[in-house]
Amino acid sequence: MNRRKIFEFTGVNLLRFFILITGIFLLVFLYVIFSRGGKVVSWEFLTQAPRKYMTEGGIYPAIVGTFWLTVISMLLALPLGIFTAIFLTSYAKPAWLVRIVRVAINTLAGVPSIIYGLFGLTVFVRIFHFDVSILSGSLTLGVLALPVIINASEEALRSVPRDFREASLALGATERQTILRILLPTALPNILTGTIISIGRVAGETAPILFTAATFYTRMLPSSVMDEVMALPYHIYALLTEGSHAEKQVPIAYGTAVVLMAMVLIISALAIVIRYNIRKKRKW
Amino acid sequence: MKKFKEISFKSITYISSLFTIFFLFGIILSIFYEGIPIFQYVSVKNFLTGSAWHPTHSTPDYGILALISGSFMVTLGALIIAIPFGLGSAIYISEIAGFRTKEILKPIIELLASIPSVIYGLFGLAFLSPMLIKIFKIPTGLNVFSASIILGVMVIPIISSMSEDALSTVPKNLREASLALGANKWETIVRVVVPAARSGIMGSVILGFGRAVGETMVVLMVAGGAAQIPSGIFQPVRPMPATIAAEMGETVIGSPHFHALYGIAIILFVITFVSILITEFIVRRRKM
Repeated sequence: MNRRKIFEFTGVNLLRFFILITGIFLLVFLYVIFSRGGKVVSWEFLTQAPRKYMTEGGIYPAIVGTFWLTVISMLLALPLGIFTAIFLTSYAKPAWLVRIVRVAINTLAGVPSIIYGLFGLTVFVRIFHFDVSILSGSLTLGVLALPVIINASEEALRSVPRDFREASLALGATERQTILRILLPTALPNILTGTIISIGRVAGETAPILFTAATFYTRMLPSSVMDEVMALPYHIYALLTEGSHAEKQVPIAYGTAVVLMAMVLIISALAIVIRYNIRKKRKW
Repeated sequence: MKKFKEISFKSITYISSLFTIFFLFGIILSIFYEGIPIFQYVSVKNFLTGSAWHPTHSTPDYGILALISGSFMVTLGALIIAIPFGLGSAIYISEIAGFRTKEILKPIIELLASIPSVIYGLFGLAFLSPMLIKIFKIPTGLNVFSASIILGVMVIPIISSMSEDALSTVPKNLREASLALGANKWETIVRVVVPAARSGIMGSVILGFGRAVGETMVVLMVAGGAAQIPSGIFQPVRPMPATIAAEMGETVIGSPHFHALYGIAIILFVITFVSILITEFIVRRRKM
């Protein structure tokens, strides 16, 4: 009896220990990033272009670049993703097509991001001749975000009660009217939550834009989607691995990380707030 | 007119879903199309088992064994860290924590998952590595050990959230029956709940493996970058994704080196694809 108690005590506390260490790591991690990078972030840092080969100045072009990459990738991924989710939840015929589409989605979700980069390089940069540009990078990121958006949208659409759909059909609405006027509006907040999370993911990806969109140093803001851009995640990487003034570049890298991290955190917090409000309002 | 709208709307959803298949084929075709030509310069066997990776020498060697072993070492290290921590967190959240604790712990795990990989890389490169040099008195802090730690932390949320899903689908009456027979909480967890969820847990580990093998930025920044077969955990290595990311920018498009990098991508794709299929198989079987 006593031995069993000891086992239970040790076991449960071992689990506590594991989760405690994970939490402590997260705290140390956030502390290191924010304490070292926080000092660097200022209004000038956010609104000025880099100077003197990246050793001074701000990161404004990288913020703009990340903004455009994210927005354009969503323009591709969002409609495709939502329509695919509608196909999977409302039509879903024939069964063999559904099975193939599912395998494709699951595989796309697991393909390493560097392979997306190579795909973008071959297809968008070289075959379509978009060159290294915002467009190539956004399309690559859009394909990468697609499985996340499909899964989130599908789950959202499935969470709409069957009665809603049946009531609408019984009132004489067509399949299309039911989807557009009943299912989509009801599922929209949940779809948004999923989309917002994938925006955070896309904004932070580095490997897919290495050869498709990113450039280390430009003082110019992009003038069209065919321009190369700076981007926040790539900027961090480049500051750490290129140039020869590590003592000046590392603090800027921390500062950039704070900006990127803050963006991702704000975006995730937004998603959590939306999700919380939906749960509170929902009456079924 | 009404019918036309119905049909065109339906077609749009079908065409959209076909895009997922197009994209997957696009990915497969582009890496095979650019990767296969390397086998004019080196046999498949020598490519996979050659231990010398000197793609830029005047007599180049295209053996990727060192890169494969580098990937294998950091992935193994990451799993050694992520399995106990991820599974431990999942069990704690699902079986022991009360409602309020759960509401705090779950976002913490989600937060770990949402941190961009390049920031993990920054942390490894600029904070963890100098610290390891001081603690262990080693010449470089960028090695298998440090890359494994960072990758492991990145894999924790994957294992944790998927295992937790699996644990939460274990029927409540199994737990109650076990407790009613006199087993205590720990015995119930170890002998009843975890075995009942084992296929989902296995799936989460394989998914974590796939993620760790393919993760690029962390191994690019933290693993050290030496294309050698490691003899210890404090040796720098150059895993496959890091090789592609580091060298693609410097190579001439269409050169043997360029094709060799796509060849590495083929190997990487096959490894992750097999791990996805295994996960599918395990999880699907459980659902039936």
